Amino acid sequence: MNLLRIAIKSARFRRTSLLLTVISIAISVTLLLGVDVVRKEAKSSFLNTISQTDLIVGARSGPSNLLLYSVFHIGSATNNVAWDSYETIDGLDGVAWTVPISLGDSHRGFRVMGTTTDYFEYYRYGTDNQLDFDDGVAFDEVYDAVLGADVARDLGYQLGDELIISHGLVSADFAAHDDKPFTVVGILAKTGTPVDRAVLLSLAGIEAVHVDWQGGARSAVTLDADQALKFDLTPTSITAFMVGLDNRATTFRVQREINEYDGEPLSAILPGATLNEFWRTISTVEQVLFVLSLFVLIAGLLGMLTTILSTLNERRREIAVLRAIGARPSSVVMLIVLETLLTVIAGCLLGMGLLYGMLALAQPALARRFGVEISPSWLDPTQLLIMATVIIGATLVSLIPGFVAYRRSLQDGLAVRI
Amino acid sequence: MSRPDPPIVELDQLRFRWPSQPTDIVSIDALTLEPGEHLFVRGSSGSGKTTLLNLLAGIHVPTSGHLRLLGTDLGALSPSRRDQFRADHIGVVFQQFNLLPYLTTLENVTLSCAFSRRKQQRATDVGPIAETARSLLRSLNLDDELHRAPVGKLSVGQQQRVAVARALIGGPELVIADEPTSALDADNRDRFLELLFSEVEAQRSTLIFVSHDPYLARRFDRTIELGAATDIGASL
Repeated sequence: MNLLRIAIKSARFRRTSLLLTVISIAISVTLLLGVDVVRKEAKSSFLNTISQTDLIVGARSGPSNLLLYSVFHIGSATNNVAWDSYETIDGLDGVAWTVPISLGDSHRGFRVMGTTTDYFEYYRYGTDNQLDFDDGVAFDEVYDAVLGADVARDLGYQLGDELIISHGLVSADFAAHDDKPFTVVGILAKTGTPVDRAVLLSLAGIEAVHVDWQGGARSAVTLDADQALKFDLTPTSITAFMVGLDNRATTFRVQREINEYDGEPLSAILPGATLNEFWRTISTVEQVLFVLSLFVLIAGLLGMLTTILSTLNERRREIAVLRAIGARPSSVVMLIVLETLLTVIAGCLLGMGLLYGMLALAQPALARRFGVEISPSWLDPTQLLIMATVIIGATLVSLIPGFVAYRRSLQDGLAVRI
Repeated sequence: MSRPDPPIVELDQLRFRWPSQPTDIVSIDALTLEPGEHLFVRGSSGSGKTTLLNLLAGIHVPTSGHLRLLGTDLGALSPSRRDQFRADHIGVVFQQFNLLPYLTTLENVTLSCAFSRRKQQRATDVGPIAETARSLLRSLNLDDELHRAPVGKLSVGQQQRVAVARALIGGPELVIADEPTSALDADNRDRFLELLFSEVEAQRSTLIFVSHDPYLARRFDRTIELGAATDIGASL
């Protein structure tokens, strides 16, 4: 019978008190691995909010600001882009496609975005996912609206329902475009991107509701929905636009051309690079989470230390027996370290089981609510590193009771008088 | 001194004291035990019994003088060599709590061989190690149904007999018993002693039996008395 078998039997004998240790280790491992999974998933879903778009162009501003209002619909543009400028850039060499975006109105707390049907074709998220319709089709008429998945779910809209958009970002009755209702013609599938929370209209629709508005207020002469259609509904300005290039290699040249455009001051940003930069600034949250779960781990290890130290008294006789049959003090230490190792490995396995079990159970709900497919890779290098850290940490901690047992076994010898 | 077989135990001007103490706890001028001899060591508590036990087992080393087992001077060995010497040549029976509670009766007996290749070899000479342990247990009146039982199910008397089997497996030259009967009632004590003697004799092991109980001394060839800590220990 070797030391390992003795350790296994001893651990099984003490399973009741060790079980709590196993559970607390399992919880720390679940947390550590969970934070890691969430971090990776959050990062990849964030970085993939927009893909396949080479440049985003708006009025001159910082890249983060432009990215925030154009893609995340957070904050607002300082200035608009003239329609002329848009058309000029659309005609530049190497530009394959452009999609205009017009922001500024809202509907019951959700942002309204004016665009063209090209948006449904060219906007991509994830690696290369297109927008899908859960129901209905893209807008065609001026007063058609397409809803993001969250908008439809939260407000309970169905195809054919009418909605009224408000001028500006606060929903207030006095600023409602209530004379020109829109009809829901399409509802998008969940994407996990800001599109879920947007109401999509055609640029003409946005233009139509503003025909009789001047400088942010209703003008004295009001026009009803049908009368508005008689006007030229080509916008004079838009908020921003997405640009796709024929050849990625020309990105920096086109970016420079746009930044140096004479007509008005414009900024062109690379969405991928800006997302990455932005992620770095908000990733402190992830570090805080990680540090918190490290503290949970330390608490777990201290709990384990307490448990093992408390078993040392009852072990004194066992240690004397082992010494009597010739076990060295180092074997006694080894026995305690091995037992700890077994406990911790059991804790790691249980923790992994808990995490993957919970992920599997939560997966359908997560996909429904957040549109994220969490598919954590089993035991990637980070997870192995985390578990190796836990196991090595526990082994180091177990050297403390090991050392106490060592000292005692030398003092007690064969005679334990308790 | 040129004997082919050295004595099992040879104490020569043995002295032991803790570094902080002014007097010797153990002080034996001379003691020699030949193979098969049975020695009764009588001493009240505080007389240094425990220390003598730890000296004989190689846990402690003498402060001065010599302690030779089978011709080997234990004081000259490194701690781990002393541990190995104990594993190979000595069997120990305690007063109580002799067994690991998480092992079965049989496992407790064979555990002795886990730390000693020599004991393992000698135990397997006659057959598989489990068989050797079983026949040892049977000869100590422990029936087969107890062999697989966890030791917590055994009575104190049964546990002490399992401890004897554990001490004897692999045929150690020296068996040290420290008050092995003090937890037993008179009936059990006598039967235990019968069995201990017959098994020790069957193995031709030398027995050192430590007790405070003078009643037991009659059964032994030789007796020494340990004095109070301040006295010089008696010798033969």
